[in-house]
Amino acid sequence: MEFLQFFISGLSLGSIYAIIALGYTMVYGIAKMLNFAHGDVIMVGGYLVFTVSTSMGLPVWIGMTAAVVGCTALGVLIERFAYRPLRGATSLAVLITAIGVSYLLQNLALLIFGAAPKSFTSVVSVPALTLAGGALTITGESLVTIAACIVIMIVLTLFVNKTKPGRAMHAVSEDRGAAQLMGVNVNGTIALTFAIGSALAAIAGALLCSAYPTLTPYTGAMPGIKAFVAAVFGGIGSIPGAMIGGILLGLIESLSKAYISSEMADAIVFLVLIIVLVVKPTGIFGKKISEKV
Amino acid sequence: MFKKILSVLMVVAMVACLFTACGGNEDAGKTDATTFKIGAIGPTTGDAAIYGQAVMNAAQLAVDEINAAGGINGAQIEFKPADDEHNAEKSVNAYNDLKDWGMQILMGTVTSTPCIAVVEETHNDNMFMLTPSGSAVDCIRYDNAFRVCFSDPNQGLASADYIAAQKLGTKIAVIYNSSDAYSSGIYEKFMAEAKVKNLNVVAEGAFTADSNKDFTVQLQQAKSAGADLLFLPIYYQEASLILAQADKMGYDPAVFGVDGMDGILTVENFDTALAEGVMLLTPFAADAEDKLTQDFVTAYKAKYNEVPNQFAADAYDAIYIIKAAIEKSGATPDMSVSDLCNAIKGAMTQITVDGVTGLGMTWTADGEPNKAPKGMKIQNGAYVAM
Repeated sequence: MEFLQFFISGLSLGSIYAIIALGYTMVYGIAKMLNFAHGDVIMVGGYLVFTVSTSMGLPVWIGMTAAVVGCTALGVLIERFAYRPLRGATSLAVLITAIGVSYLLQNLALLIFGAAPKSFTSVVSVPALTLAGGALTITGESLVTIAACIVIMIVLTLFVNKTKPGRAMHAVSEDRGAAQLMGVNVNGTIALTFAIGSALAAIAGALLCSAYPTLTPYTGAMPGIKAFVAAVFGGIGSIPGAMIGGILLGLIESLSKAYISSEMADAIVFLVLIIVLVVKPTGIFGKKISEKV
Repeated sequence: MFKKILSVLMVVAMVACLFTACGGNEDAGKTDATTFKIGAIGPTTGDAAIYGQAVMNAAQLAVDEINAAGGINGAQIEFKPADDEHNAEKSVNAYNDLKDWGMQILMGTVTSTPCIAVVEETHNDNMFMLTPSGSAVDCIRYDNAFRVCFSDPNQGLASADYIAAQKLGTKIAVIYNSSDAYSSGIYEKFMAEAKVKNLNVVAEGAFTADSNKDFTVQLQQAKSAGADLLFLPIYYQEASLILAQADKMGYDPAVFGVDGMDGILTVENFDTALAEGVMLLTPFAADAEDKLTQDFVTAYKAKYNEVPNQFAADAYDAIYIIKAAIEKSGATPDMSVSDLCNAIKGAMTQITVDGVTGLGMTWTADGEPNKAPKGMKIQNGAYVAM
C-alpha cells in the first residue's frame, strides 16, 4: 500500500513534468530551438492566476483564462521579438537569447511581485480520494493533473495529425525551406507553436502551483529543467515521448526518494537519463523523423 | 591627416583619464576621514532574496536612525549594500567592489555559504566583520569575525534539549535540506544530542535545493513510521510546503522548527491555520511586547510596509552592535582598516547590548553571542511565548 502511495506521488509529479515537456518538445520539433524561457512562462502563468483569482478575488476560471490568454500572448511576443530576428542565426545564438529571455522574465517578476514567496490557493476543487480505509490518499490535484495530462496529449496528437495547421507544423518540422516553397506560412506556423506551447505552460503553471503551493520568481526554473530532461528522455520532438518521458521521470524520482535515498533522487534520475541516451541517443520515442512534431 | 587627428585625440583622452583618476582619489581621501564606511553583502536578488532584502532594509533603517541622532562619536555612517545572489564567488566580488568604495567595516554576509568564502578575505585584510545571520560554524572562524545570530550547532543542541525537557514527542521525524550548510549543521548536532537525550528519531528525510517542491515521499515515510513530532531545521519557504502537503495527506504531527521557520506567517495568502501549533526556538518575535521591539517593528513597517522578520532584526541589531563597539573602543574614522578592526574586536568582548534579538547580549573572543533563545508557539495566527 505504501508502494502505491509513492507510485501515485510519482505519477502526479510526472504528469506535471509531462505537460511542461510537451511545450519544450513542440517548440523544438518545429523551430529546432531549445526554448529555455519555457519554465519561466510557467511562473508567469502562476502569477497571473494568483493575481486575478487570489489578489483580485475573481473566480478561478477567470484566473485560468487570464493566465492562458496572457501566457499565449507572452509566448507569441517572445517569439516575435526575441527569436524571429535570429531565425537565420546559429543555434548557439538562439540558445543564448533563450537563456537571456529566461533571466529577463525572472527578474521582471522579481521587480513586480517581489522576492517574498506567495502561498498559492489551489485551482482544483476536486476532493481527495481515499481508498483502502484511509491507507491510500489521492489528492484532488493529482487526479486533475493526471487527467489533464492525458486529455492534452490526445488533443495535441489529433490536432497535429488531423488539422491543416497541424499538418503545416509537420511540414515545417521536416523541411522548413520546402514547406515555404509549398506555400506554408512558416513564421505563422512557428508563432502558432509558441502560442500552443505557452498556453500549455499556463495550465502547467496553475497545476504545479496547486500541487506545490508556493510561488516565487524562480518557481518555474527547476521544473523547467526537469521537464526538458523529460523531453530529451522521451525523444525530443515527439509528443508521446514527452508524455512518457515526463511520467517516467516523476516515477523514478519519487521511487528512488522512497527506496534508495531522498538526497540521491536527482542523481539517480540523471544517471538513468545518461544510460538511456547511451543506449538510444535519440531518446525513447525519438527514432523516426516522421514522428517529429 | 586622419592618423594625426586620432593621435591628438588619444593624447587628450589619456590626459583626461589621468585627471579624473586624481580627482577620484582626492574625494575618497576626504570622506574617509570624517565618516565610517560600513559595507553590507547579502542576496538582494535570487532565491534567498527575502533574507538579503530584509537585512539591507533594516540596516539602512538603523543607519538612518544613528545618523539622525548624531552618528557614532559624532561621525556619520556611510552605508552601502551589495548583492551576492547567495553565491560564494559573487560574494567575494561584491567584497572587492566594496573595498574599492573604501569600506572599513563589513556587516555581512547574510547567508552562510558565501560568508565562509568572504571571511577568508576579511581575515587576509584584517577587516572587522559582523555577520547578522551567517550561522554556520566556519562563518566566523577567524578572530576578526563575529555574529549576531546563534550558530547552527547551538540551535540543534537547544532544540534537542528543549524537546527532551518538554517531552514534546515520543517518535520524532526530521526533514532537512542536505544541500544547505545551515540546515545540515543544525541537523547533525540535533542528531548527536538526540542520542545523548535518548530521543527516539524514527525517520530522517533529506532533500536538496533542486528537489524542494515535493515532500510527499518524506512525509509518507514519517507517517508510516508513526512519528508524532516533526522536526524541521529548514527555512519557512519549504516548511510552508511541507505543512500544506502533510495536511493534504491527512497527517497531523506536532511540528518543531528553528529560527528559519520565522516568516512563515508573513507568506502572502498562506493559510495560517496550517501553522497552528507550530513551535519554534527563535530570538526575535515581531509581536513581542517590549518597547525596543515595538519601536523597531513600527519604524520598519512605516518605512517598508511589511513586518520585519528575524533577519531584519539581526541586521538592525548588527548596526547598533557595531556602534556600541566603536564607542567603547573610541575608534575614529581616520584609522586604517586594520587598526579599526583591532580596536573593535577588542571592544566586542567587553560590551553588553540590549537589542531586538535579545537583552544583555555579550560576545566571546571566538565571535559567538551569548543570548537565550525563546520558545514560541503559533496560536491563532500569532506567536505566543511558550
